[in-house]
Amino acid sequence: MPEVIARELTFGEAIREALAEEMRRDSRVVILGEDVAEAGTPFKVLAGLVQEFGPERVVDTPISEAGFTGIGVGAAMTGLRPVVDIMFGDFITLTMDQMANQAAKVHYMSGGMWKVPMVMRTTLGATRRSAAQHSQSLHAWFCHIPGLKVIMPSTPYDVKGLLKAAIRDDNPVIVFEDKMMYKLKGPVPVEEYTIPIGKADIKRAGEDITIVATSSMVQVALGAAVMLEEIGISAEVVDPRTLWPLDEHTLVESAKKTSRAIVIDEGYARYGTTAELASVIVEGAFFHLDQPVARMGAMHVPIPFSPPLEDATVPTERSVFDVARALCSKR
Amino acid sequence: MTIATDPSETDIDVGRRLRMYRQMVSIRAFEEQVNQLYLRALMPGLAHLYSGEEAVAVGICEALGADDYITSTHRGHGHCLAKGAAPDRMFAELLGKAAGYCHGKGGSMHIADAATGNLGANAIVGGSIAIATGAAFSSKYLHNNRVSVCFFGEGALGQGVLYESMNMAQLWRLPVIYVCENNFYNEYTHFSETTAGEILGRPAAFGVHAECVDGQDVDAVYTAAARLVHRARRGEGPAFLLCNTYRYTGHHVGDINREYYRSKQEEQQWVTERDPLKHAADRLIAGGIVDRAEIDRLHAEINAEMEKAVEFAVSTPYPGVEEVEQDVYA
Ligand SMILES: Cc1ncc(C[n+]2csc(CCOP(=O)(O)OP(=O)(O)O)c2C)c(N)n1
Repeated sequence: MPEVIARELTFGEAIREALAEEMRRDSRVVILGEDVAEAGTPFKVLAGLVQEFGPERVVDTPISEAGFTGIGVGAAMTGLRPVVDIMFGDFITLTMDQMANQAAKVHYMSGGMWKVPMVMRTTLGATRRSAAQHSQSLHAWFCHIPGLKVIMPSTPYDVKGLLKAAIRDDNPVIVFEDKMMYKLKGPVPVEEYTIPIGKADIKRAGEDITIVATSSMVQVALGAAVMLEEIGISAEVVDPRTLWPLDEHTLVESAKKTSRAIVIDEGYARYGTTAELASVIVEGAFFHLDQPVARMGAMHVPIPFSPPLEDATVPTERSVFDVARALCSKR
Repeated sequence: MTIATDPSETDIDVGRRLRMYRQMVSIRAFEEQVNQLYLRALMPGLAHLYSGEEAVAVGICEALGADDYITSTHRGHGHCLAKGAAPDRMFAELLGKAAGYCHGKGGSMHIADAATGNLGANAIVGGSIAIATGAAFSSKYLHNNRVSVCFFGEGALGQGVLYESMNMAQLWRLPVIYVCENNFYNEYTHFSETTAGEILGRPAAFGVHAECVDGQDVDAVYTAAARLVHRARRGEGPAFLLCNTYRYTGHHVGDINREYYRSKQEEQQWVTERDPLKHAADRLIAGGIVDRAEIDRLHAEINAEMEKAVEFAVSTPYPGVEEVEQDVYA
């Protein structure tokens, strides 16, 4: 990050700025999605873009996720750089054929002839009291498919730089945004920048334990690190930032240094992101580890509506603190 | 780019009719070779033959320019050839060879050719409908006047993405033509068992201009297609063309005993009474354009060409295994 911190933006403002800059720079960038134009999405993230770029470039679609995702794929193959907006991450289920069978495979199946330079923006994260069909974190579904890239920004700075890189990438890239984070503020330089896809970021340096955290869980991990510090445990928080491609090196080196690791991700813990990241750490740092790698993710239940129930499903600063302390107390 | 004028103003000229006939013969000969490759165990996997349906691909693609786009299906060899791909590289693709259009990584069901605007065959029934619509979206956005044709079998009428796509195509007046190849069978099930109501009522519900044409009559298909392409280029929006046709052989090359879903008599009737090649040849002869001997010579010439193309494909090497990890990402 540059030395001079000129200003702060919210996560949502950083997204809007990234899109606006890329749309100014490249007339082939178009946005397709439900209520993206005048409404600027239910989260207001896109507010103002249609005024600047017009309804030909900020296109309100019918409620047809499969259809407009596929239109994005076809448009990407034939000269545009669409940014497809899927209002809630839960609705990626409706786009799966277009993403997993079409977008992901076109380049390979055609022997490199066709490219799909498309971005899908969508959300993840619970605790908005939105119940089971508006609260899931399904990014692992896409990570499972070769041909797709999956990015998970956790700060305004990261989302701006990564989204710009995603729009310039010649592959289908899915950006998961934690909808609880749109109001989060952070420093974003005025000067233009991009962040390479596939580079982790150490969000906090530490010595005793590595906490690998993604997206919504980065703030949780940082909070837990503060609590741990109070009891004399120095935690390193590593944010992979992109799940595929994955910066295995940074994860492994951190775990080698601290000899303990927890992986936290808001997706379901079973068969999910945490399993993959933990396995990368174990394979790369096995002889340096003092403890088994711990994994924390969403409980294996549909996300419940009732607040005390919903809150129980996701890792918290407190639960991360407890797991970290337990790992560090064993010798 | 050749831009077809409104064909109601002109008759189909002789050169075009001969070219269309030649293309249909090529597709038939190509598919016969594919079947032989299967029977000789030289082809990995299966293939879905287009024999019997040639007039649809040829009539449609004749109305398109080289820059126009098509998307194709699991039964896509005819579309690919009609759009201008070369048989030798197609056979190579079917055999999984490095010289194939997709370096052997696509095979029969994913063959594509960027040079002729073929965005690719698709093994997901209905899988390319939104893609074709997206290509039309690009065309409108970029003002490049290209038309996009989406071929699909009547089985894809069961896929919701068709209706999502037609709705958007009509809303946004996209230059896309949905070509429904109704060969009456979704695999092994008659379409009447899977398709409620009138097929043309479906596009009509979205206000999409819809027509039906005899898919065994290449002149009729071409005339309808040229009209719809012309219309799309003028910015008048999408269209739906229902082509009734018939596949002569099994759902795929291995579908031999078919009597449980369709009778030999029905098959025979289409072959003897409705064959698109025979129909076109009879017309050319009746019009004094060619004689029987010239037709026979043409067939012999094309058969020889296909044999050569097969020889090339059989003898050309497989990709090296290092290719396996190439082109996963651009
Ligand atoms: C989504 C999907 N479901 C099922 C299949 C299996 N399948 C392959 S071809 C086919 C029938 C297709 O019928 P139609 O669209 O009429 O095309 P035709 O084979 O008659 O040319 C089916 C069911 C598939 N490939 N994709």
